[in-house]
Amino acid sequence: MMKPGTLILHAAARFLVPLQLLFSVFLLLRGHNEPGGGFIAGLVASGAFALYLFTFGAAVTRDLLRVDPRNLIGIGLFFGMISIFPAIFNGEPFLTAQWWPVMLPGGTEIKLSTPLIFDIGVYFAVFGSVMMMLIGLTEAEEH
Amino acid sequence: MQVAVLVIYLAALLTPWLFPRHQHRTAWALAAVPAALTIWFLGFIPAIAGGETIIHEFAWIPGLDISFNMVLDGLSLMFALLICGIGTFIVLYAGAYLQGHPAQGRFLVVLMSFMGSMLGLVLADNLITLFVFWELTSITSYLLIGFNHHQAEARKAALQGLIVTVGGGLALLAGIIMLAIMSGTYSIQGILASPEVLAEHPWFIGMMICILLGAFTKSAQFPFHFWLPNAMAAPTPVSAYLHSATMVKAGVYLLARLHPELGGTDFWIVTLSAFGAFTMLTGAFMAVRSTDMKKLLAYSTVMALGSLIFLLGVSTELAMLAFAAYLLAHSLYKGALFMLAGIVDHEAGSRDVTEVGGLRKQLPLSAGLTVVATLSLAGIPPLFGFVAKEALLESMVEGSVFVGLMALVVIASIFVVTVAAVIALRPFFGTFKAPKKAADIHEPPIGMLAGPVTLVALSLIAGLLPGLVGDWITLPASHAVAGYTVDGYLALWHGFNLPLLLSGVSIAIGLLLYKHWDAFREKIAVLNPIIARGPERGYFHFMDAIVWIAEWQTRKLQNGSMRNYLRTITLTFVVVTGYTLLTRYQLHWNWDVTLHFHELVAAGILVAAAIAASITHSRLGAVAAMGAVGFSVAFIFILFSAPDLGITQILVETLTVILLVLVLFRLPSFSNISTTRERIRDAAVALTVGVLMMFLIMITIDVQLFEPISDYMIANSYPLAHGRNIVNVILVDYRALDTLGEIFVLALAAMGVYAMIKFNPQTEPGANHFAGTLILPPKKVPEKDIVHSLDEIHQKMLEEQNILDAEVNKDVVAPDTSSEHPPGDYPHNDERNGENDASDEDNHKEDNRS
Repeated sequence: MMKPGTLILHAAARFLVPLQLLFSVFLLLRGHNEPGGGFIAGLVASGAFALYLFTFGAAVTRDLLRVDPRNLIGIGLFFGMISIFPAIFNGEPFLTAQWWPVMLPGGTEIKLSTPLIFDIGVYFAVFGSVMMMLIGLTEAEEH
Repeated sequence: MQVAVLVIYLAALLTPWLFPRHQHRTAWALAAVPAALTIWFLGFIPAIAGGETIIHEFAWIPGLDISFNMVLDGLSLMFALLICGIGTFIVLYAGAYLQGHPAQGRFLVVLMSFMGSMLGLVLADNLITLFVFWELTSITSYLLIGFNHHQAEARKAALQGLIVTVGGGLALLAGIIMLAIMSGTYSIQGILASPEVLAEHPWFIGMMICILLGAFTKSAQFPFHFWLPNAMAAPTPVSAYLHSATMVKAGVYLLARLHPELGGTDFWIVTLSAFGAFTMLTGAFMAVRSTDMKKLLAYSTVMALGSLIFLLGVSTELAMLAFAAYLLAHSLYKGALFMLAGIVDHEAGSRDVTEVGGLRKQLPLSAGLTVVATLSLAGIPPLFGFVAKEALLESMVEGSVFVGLMALVVIASIFVVTVAAVIALRPFFGTFKAPKKAADIHEPPIGMLAGPVTLVALSLIAGLLPGLVGDWITLPASHAVAGYTVDGYLALWHGFNLPLLLSGVSIAIGLLLYKHWDAFREKIAVLNPIIARGPERGYFHFMDAIVWIAEWQTRKLQNGSMRNYLRTITLTFVVVTGYTLLTRYQLHWNWDVTLHFHELVAAGILVAAAIAASITHSRLGAVAAMGAVGFSVAFIFILFSAPDLGITQILVETLTVILLVLVLFRLPSFSNISTTRERIRDAAVALTVGVLMMFLIMITIDVQLFEPISDYMIANSYPLAHGRNIVNVILVDYRALDTLGEIFVLALAAMGVYAMIKFNPQTEPGANHFAGTLILPPKKVPEKDIVHSLDEIHQKMLEEQNILDAEVNKDVVAPDTSSEHPPGDYPHNDERNGENDASDEDNHKEDNRS
């Protein structure tokens, strides 16, 4: 149903996909203090790949993704699960947030934490789920 | 002790890695684990016999009073020794028995997992932990019974065992929770130590019934005994281990464990001794009827379990002594006998006592061991079985047991002597007969003989030195069961008394019965119709009923129509919520709100778009209108300063459009498949929901049930969670567990969608009607009831519509429109909203593909 080959879409997709992905990472990281977060970022990332999907088709998108979307979901759940555990090593109940602030040279402080890991998990789970449905549907369409 | 359990699981975990390298020799490595644990547990004997109780603490979920504490006292030590000791030989035996079997690795994994679960069960102090292990033993038992899963018989038996024990497990869970509420703690030690008298609690009987259901199903008491003989479909090591020595004693263990607190009441005494005695008789009688060695042994196990429950029911001091002795004796001889039956089966090719005979020349060692072990089974001195049986009879005679029950017990012990004689004499003596040639039959490898040799030797030693075994092992166990220090001793010789007389009489009659066993079996075949109507029949009726209900409710509720689902869900919501709302709260009409112009505009667009979506004639129009609804909602979110929600809403709307574009062209042409009346009804339902939601919102503005939690979250978001975006802090910190659950749900939903897209239903139409095939033979479904595809329904409806439409068109729709449209594209509205369309049409799409 989609005819690959529209020049404008091709050119736009090539530039927009990396930008959108970057934006999704930006949303993910700032999520703790400003509007954003894993869920939203995951949706933005899927939007980026959806654009690519519409332009170049399922096979090329799969190539670009490198990872099977099903595995992305797995990675997401895995990150979600491992963020649970650091707390027990500190003798606190499961899922208690742990913070490891890191000072970068130049005075910037990066706050690494289990909620961040958790958010990354959400990001991948959302991203993988949406991509799995989109790619699945597109492939069904192409056959 | 936590480590002990973990080590076994670890060994199970390593097996898939070890097995491909070492094949059947893996079993030798694995057996080292329980062997080492046996020695480790043996080291505790002096301390436990000295009256100590060893507690190893480990917190698990302290907030819910769930701990991983493990307790070692006399009772759990005896069980731990049996589990690890017999387990060692079972693993060795399995290594030789299943040598060359391609799935032996899988077998060993499950067997080791079972061992870990069983050990955890007897060591756990917390009722919830105990329950978890309890269920784990049921599951591993299921996998082991169904090991030969290519045989329908094994699958059926496995499922039967699972359903009976897990069904009982559910009752047990209820009982455990009641018990914990009554006594205020989940810790068994805590319950036993609590001064409260539970027997006077109003819930006592209910709690007891639940716990007894759990214990009786697990320990195969009448009327749940039928699953145990069927479980003999499992390979012999499993029957020897799970279904005689360990798992089936879990129910007995639980009751023994709780005996100090729950025992002694009238309810306890009457129920347990009655069920126990009746189970004894049932087991013994059914055993006499059987000819399969494993069935004979299985029914005699049922009988032994009945004896144990009976002894717990008698609950005198002597009974406690007898309980521990009988349990130990039974595990020793029954484990050995099962392994020996397996040897006969393995070597001679059959284990039916009418098909094999005279094997003593080929299997001299096995024959000798069998004879000694059956002496213990029949209760003949100087075996430990005799000591235990004497103790049983003595406690029955001295306890205040109803005479009728005594008669049952004596009859059962007569039958058991016959059974013992059958097992000992039939396969090994008389003229030679076997499915295999005599030259091919020879003694099995050492791995298979090690177990029977050791267990039989232990039976003999324990019988000769009952005082020693009593002091070190069974007496401490009796203390734990009784809850006080039991004064008594085990002895081979008690002098001439009534129990000895009963014993002698039962042996004599039993042997007499053996002489006429074949004739007797034919005689009692008269009772077959009655036995066929036994409790197992009830099980099948029950399963039939489940399938029938499932079929009925699938037809009624899960009929695949999105509209029906939505109507059911929304109406339930309206009724339940509406009822609560109107009965508990006063409605306040609070019109005192200030509205800005732009808010009115947004709301206006929202309403207009919603109306447009429900009356539009084109699918694309509906999609666009739903999009407008979504974006207006997003706009409203942003107006009321919820940027996160707004962004999410916009993104979701966008992706919905993308998804719809992907499926839009695959959908069947737009048509109206509901009558005007249906549509009016649906509109009414929709309006009711809308009105209810309005009420709800008005009330939430007006009524404050609790202090809002948002103040706390706002105040602590930065100091505690280091985040200024409260929405995100709630998602990933405050309510992280919820979010975790949600991403799992999301993943599952995505997989469901994927399965729908990717996998064509290759099975024949209506295949899903046969959901009951696992349990019952497939049912014939009349051709007219089989739904081949939604398209068919669609087509049928269209045909009806054609007739209907011709009439309707005359007065409602302009006649020129219908003639121009292709068939099926009717100029009627689809009242379903866009979201329904998406999922509903997914279904259509699926069926198109098939």
